[in-house]
Amino acid sequence: MIATAIFLLVLFVITLSVAAYSTYGERKVAAFLQDRIGPNRAGPFGILQPLADGTKMFMKEDFVPLHANKKLFLLGPAIAMVTALLTGVVIPWGGTLTVFGTTINLQGADPEIGILYVFAMVSIGVYGIMLGGWASNNKFALLGAVRAASQMVSYELGMGLSIVALVMLTGTLSLSGIVDYQIAHGWGIIQQPLGFLLFLVCAFAETNRAPFDMPECETELVGGYHTEFSSMRLGFYLFAEYTNMFISSAVISTLYFGGYHVPGLASLGLDPNVAAIIGVAAMFAKTFFFIFFFMWVRWSVPRFRFDQLMNLGWKKLIPLGILNILLTGGIHYLFNH
Amino acid sequence: MLAFFYLFAAISVISALIVVSARSPINSVIALVVCFLSIAGHYILLNAQFLAMVHIIVYTGAIMVLFLFVIMLLNLNKATEPMKTLGTRVAAVLAGGLFFLTLMAAIRHGINITPANEFDPGVGLVRSVGLSLFKEFLLPFEVSSVLFLSAMVGVVMLAKKEKVVVPKDGVEPSKA
Repeated sequence: MIATAIFLLVLFVITLSVAAYSTYGERKVAAFLQDRIGPNRAGPFGILQPLADGTKMFMKEDFVPLHANKKLFLLGPAIAMVTALLTGVVIPWGGTLTVFGTTINLQGADPEIGILYVFAMVSIGVYGIMLGGWASNNKFALLGAVRAASQMVSYELGMGLSIVALVMLTGTLSLSGIVDYQIAHGWGIIQQPLGFLLFLVCAFAETNRAPFDMPECETELVGGYHTEFSSMRLGFYLFAEYTNMFISSAVISTLYFGGYHVPGLASLGLDPNVAAIIGVAAMFAKTFFFIFFFMWVRWSVPRFRFDQLMNLGWKKLIPLGILNILLTGGIHYLFNH
Repeated sequence: MLAFFYLFAAISVISALIVVSARSPINSVIALVVCFLSIAGHYILLNAQFLAMVHIIVYTGAIMVLFLFVIMLLNLNKATEPMKTLGTRVAAVLAGGLFFLTLMAAIRHGINITPANEFDPGVGLVRSVGLSLFKEFLLPFEVSSVLFLSAMVGVVMLAKKEKVVVPKDGVEPSKA
């Protein structure tokens, strides 16, 4: 019980630090892709930049527009942040550690329906953006909120369909069960290449990242749903976006890249604790690669138009998802009967 | 556990009352979302994890978002109350009171409800839900999927733009 509490606290701190340093990483990656230097004033290589940004956020005036709905204006960023942080609980970050005779499971909770829990949290997260955008009483914020809602509801379908095929293979909805299946039968990317592609595209849309960042598209909507937000409330929205990016990278690694599995590690005969720590390191390496991938895409691919986004979601990804389910079912039937 | 039950029960009842009594539609919708979340909590207490998560994803995450979507697009943020005549109000109070009386009479003797079957904690897990859906209730399940499919096709048909044929003289035909 205490071990789980400590683990969750550590996870909380790690999630927040990764989110904070993703803002620094994003600016460095952008600078690298655009042949610039990027932030280098605060500390060596600008390493203290997130702290400076955070301090700036806290010090700014917390302003509520005159005709805004005050309660919902307060509630919006809170929902966005809380749901983003809650998702990490069910992700298996590693195997088990044995410290002083107690076994610590490096997963906050392992419910039978792990992947559905992730979906549930994502779907509640939409309210953070919708309520915040609506409560601002600003046309641009409202448009951003409406875009976010329709985009996230549409892409949840494609994401769900891509997961169905994976669940058909693994026979479980539990995230640790899916990792165990991959350890025994090879990584998900090999068996579900199309499913992985669909999931990846939908993950970009669900986290409102470029090329699907229409809800906060600055060329059309000023700042989108967070136009009217200032100070740490704006900070919470930005933080929630980076936290979501971290969590979806972790979910992609777990579902399609074996999670904490390192091929060939079990045959080396290492101490279980050392193996578990290497597993955690592998999990974080995979996750960080996908965070980098998110940034890489953002600074390389131009933004879609909103009707193109809807066409892609409903007319391409959903039929492809159904095709993937049929293919998976057919192949499964042919080879396992 | 019992404390959690009372907590969720209180949240469900209070938020349901707010849904019907709130003047502003947006507050009603938010109260309904809270109500659905507390009902998902009840499912969790019954160990029906699958049902709880699907409930949150479908009702809270999709249907209520669409409700909110419509309210935002129509900009129904004014607290409005439709005008009701005295006659309607009296009739509503009478009908509601009579309904309440009937309900009370019906459950008066059944207060000591004992469960007909022993509670099975595995009943709401994915495995048992899947088995009962695809074995015991296969036909109703498939028939309802066909119903959903027909609803989808119907919506697509209604939403499709009618092709307006413009005659060569360039005058648009008036819609019949």
